[in-house]
Amino acid sequence: MSAVAARTLRPNYLNAAYGVKSWLLTKDHKRIALLYLASVTLFFVVGGVFAGLIRLELLTPEGDLVSSDTYNRLFTMHGVVMIFFFLIPAIPAVLGNFLLPLMLGAKDLAFPKINLLSWYVYMVAGTLGTLALVQGGADTGWTFYPPFSTRFSNSPVTLVALAGFVAGFSSILTALNFIVTVHRMRAPGLSWFRLPLFVWSLYATSVIIMLATPILAITLVMLMLERSLHLGIFDPTLGGDPVLFQHLFWFYSHPAVYIMILPSMGIISELIAAFSRKRVFGYSFVAFSSMAIAVLGFLVWGHHLFVSSQTAFTGTVFSVITMLVAVPSAIKVFNWTATLYRGSVSWQTPMLYVMGFLGLFTIGGLTGVFLATMGFDIHVHDTYFVVAHFHYIMVGGTLMGYLGGLHYWWPKITGRMYPEFWGKISALLVFVGFNLTFFPQFILGYLGMPRRYHAYTPEFQVLNVLSTAGATVLGVGYLLPMVYLVWSMRYGKKAGANPFGAVGLEWETSSPPPTFNFDHPPVVDHEAYDYRRGEDKKVAA
Amino acid sequence: MQSGFPLFPESASTMAGQVDALYVFLVAMSAFFSLLIAASVVYCAIRYRRRSPDEVGGSFHASMLLEVTWTIIPLGIVLFLFFWGARVFFLQVQPPPDALELTATGKQWMWRFQHPDGQREINTLHVPTGQPIRIEMISEDVLHSLYVPVFRTKMDVVPGRYTTLWFEATKPGTYHLFCAEYCGTEHSGMVGWVEVMTPEDYQHWLAGGAAADKPPAEAGADLFASIGCNTCHVDAGGGRAPSLRGVFGRQVQLANGQTVVADASYLRRSILEPPAQLVAGYQPIMPTYKGQISEENLFKLIAYIKSLSDGGAATPAPAADPAAAAGADAPAATTGAAAPAAGTQGGAG
Repeated sequence: MSAVAARTLRPNYLNAAYGVKSWLLTKDHKRIALLYLASVTLFFVVGGVFAGLIRLELLTPEGDLVSSDTYNRLFTMHGVVMIFFFLIPAIPAVLGNFLLPLMLGAKDLAFPKINLLSWYVYMVAGTLGTLALVQGGADTGWTFYPPFSTRFSNSPVTLVALAGFVAGFSSILTALNFIVTVHRMRAPGLSWFRLPLFVWSLYATSVIIMLATPILAITLVMLMLERSLHLGIFDPTLGGDPVLFQHLFWFYSHPAVYIMILPSMGIISELIAAFSRKRVFGYSFVAFSSMAIAVLGFLVWGHHLFVSSQTAFTGTVFSVITMLVAVPSAIKVFNWTATLYRGSVSWQTPMLYVMGFLGLFTIGGLTGVFLATMGFDIHVHDTYFVVAHFHYIMVGGTLMGYLGGLHYWWPKITGRMYPEFWGKISALLVFVGFNLTFFPQFILGYLGMPRRYHAYTPEFQVLNVLSTAGATVLGVGYLLPMVYLVWSMRYGKKAGANPFGAVGLEWETSSPPPTFNFDHPPVVDHEAYDYRRGEDKKVAA
Repeated sequence: MQSGFPLFPESASTMAGQVDALYVFLVAMSAFFSLLIAASVVYCAIRYRRRSPDEVGGSFHASMLLEVTWTIIPLGIVLFLFFWGARVFFLQVQPPPDALELTATGKQWMWRFQHPDGQREINTLHVPTGQPIRIEMISEDVLHSLYVPVFRTKMDVVPGRYTTLWFEATKPGTYHLFCAEYCGTEHSGMVGWVEVMTPEDYQHWLAGGAAADKPPAEAGADLFASIGCNTCHVDAGGGRAPSLRGVFGRQVQLANGQTVVADASYLRRSILEPPAQLVAGYQPIMPTYKGQISEENLFKLIAYIKSLSDGGAATPAPAADPAAAAGADAPAATTGAAAPAAGTQGGAG
């Protein structure tokens, strides 16, 4: 007990300094992670409120709660805020930032000042986005398709595009930092194939961000130039080509889906190993499937254009490559499931999120195969089937991983445990609420309800009411952790260095870690997830 | 109309069954794998639940046989689905040659259709059963997408280029028609009805019920004369511009050495941006008609040019007829040849 008492008194990154300046000018990756945590949570709440209003409007077929223009602005800003300000930065910039140096046995990221800069750039982008919101928000859809966005829309499109443009640089700075850190800052003995799979997935994600984000930046610049200076690039009356924009936009935005989901897959690998106390099944297959998804993700953008007037031959090429993405995704799911076999499975909150992830990601991935099947896609393209599919991937996949990871590493971040009972309740509510919200939307899409409809025909109402009911449950499920995690920072049980009995360098330092992470630089002489190392362990039967 | 809790949409086209067959297979395949994963996860999580706090897992963590198995099986399934889906897709995007040709223009926020005999309608489309229908579409402003769920097909309607949608209706009835590509404020109001009729009812409707104009080819012939196209495009040849008789669907030799097929898109561009794809042997003297002819009148001009290749051509009115010119929204009709600056602008696209 005296050891525990001594540990609580030792300096850590939280009590190392106090005051606003010690946070706003910090170069500590752990503090920057918390700055990001606060900011992305704020934007998540904003995007969530928009989602709530959308679902409330769709409770009845008539467009009676808000006007058409308001509705169009709501779904546009819901998408922009959730994608650019929550889903893309959430896992890399919060959990990745906090954990990457710890997992590598390093003192910090390779470029601590650039890390702080990336947060400031993000906040500038967030401020621009907020300014656009104050002006009513854009009404183009988060896809900004011209010529509507460049010639017709009477909303602050340029400001929203500028916010997305600036946010991209924040991603690029973080990605650059991660790539260099993984190459240069690994502890002695920590070879590439001893890295935790979360590191592999952050690395794959960073490569995609570095290669794809500049395309978005260029595309948004062209959009702004056409809108403000009438430079004919996309608008056919100015000699441009509207479909060119779609190619450029999806050349970034399809890989962006993998920017959102790959880090979550990395978290799932960590969690499934920790809560079955077993090495991840097929480690190298899981690692390489991340890289395969990263590479293939660049070659599938045309599946967003099956009915956009691209040629049938072009569509065919994109269809077959899209189908191939299903293979590494399936490999991951099968390997995760096999990890549980003969494991020592604990049913703690993070593991419940893992199980939820496996269910939702499987459905999300399989419905991706539906959409890659061209003959079927032509019917459900731009319907609620697509809306349901990408929410299963981006919310079911990314958010489940994020919440699972946040619970798992919460004791490391704060030194306190989350309340287990409430954790389990929230995981259950999120899973049930999510399925109730989005599963009916698959059926709505197959029945033919187009997306982005402010008012709809009455035969779609029953399924929309179910969806809105589910969204209510989902909202409570998301609200709970915001309350009890904040509560636990003061009242939670003290955690100790390794409350889950997990392996990994991050668990070998105290909770919360000291400013420079480790008292002595660690040396690695074992594989990842080596749960049977050391003295005789009691092995599950 | 369905109500309550429907799970399947109605079907009313020859393609609907093919799309639904894909759907049923995909659902069965997905249900199998989802249940397999869910059952395995739940079984392992219960069977191997942690029994004491210091317990660790077993050592089974690699198997090349399993990895190969669960790589090959998904690969086989998705490739099979790719071929099947592509086969259905090619049927959906390639209209049969004997299709009845209609035109559609989309604009914020309405659909306008015209039948080959000249009947025009807004937000409602009457079609017969048992006859392939091909709709040539263009947008006057932003992107739209013509979607009829019971036909299981849709196609984007794009400004500046023609796209086509085809279907063959099988079951009389009144069905939804939606705009599926977000197009601004009243996007969800850009909806209408498809009235599928028996061939007899359709003929009856054509004869009586519809607001009819001249057939597009005849109206196009009038425009051709009133705008003054025929002063250069002399039908018998030998004019300052090529004769358009028999040109539709033919290979055309361009001044830059390329050859193109003179389809609707080529003709549209040649009217709006004449110097862009100039025919070999002619001077770039034709003025641009960009912004001077509406999309619907372009459809008519093209229908007329097309009729010149079909044999039974409508004859153009003998001279610039003031009454016809009033109908055409072509303010430059008489002064077109004297607009020198306009002709040099088109090449940028």
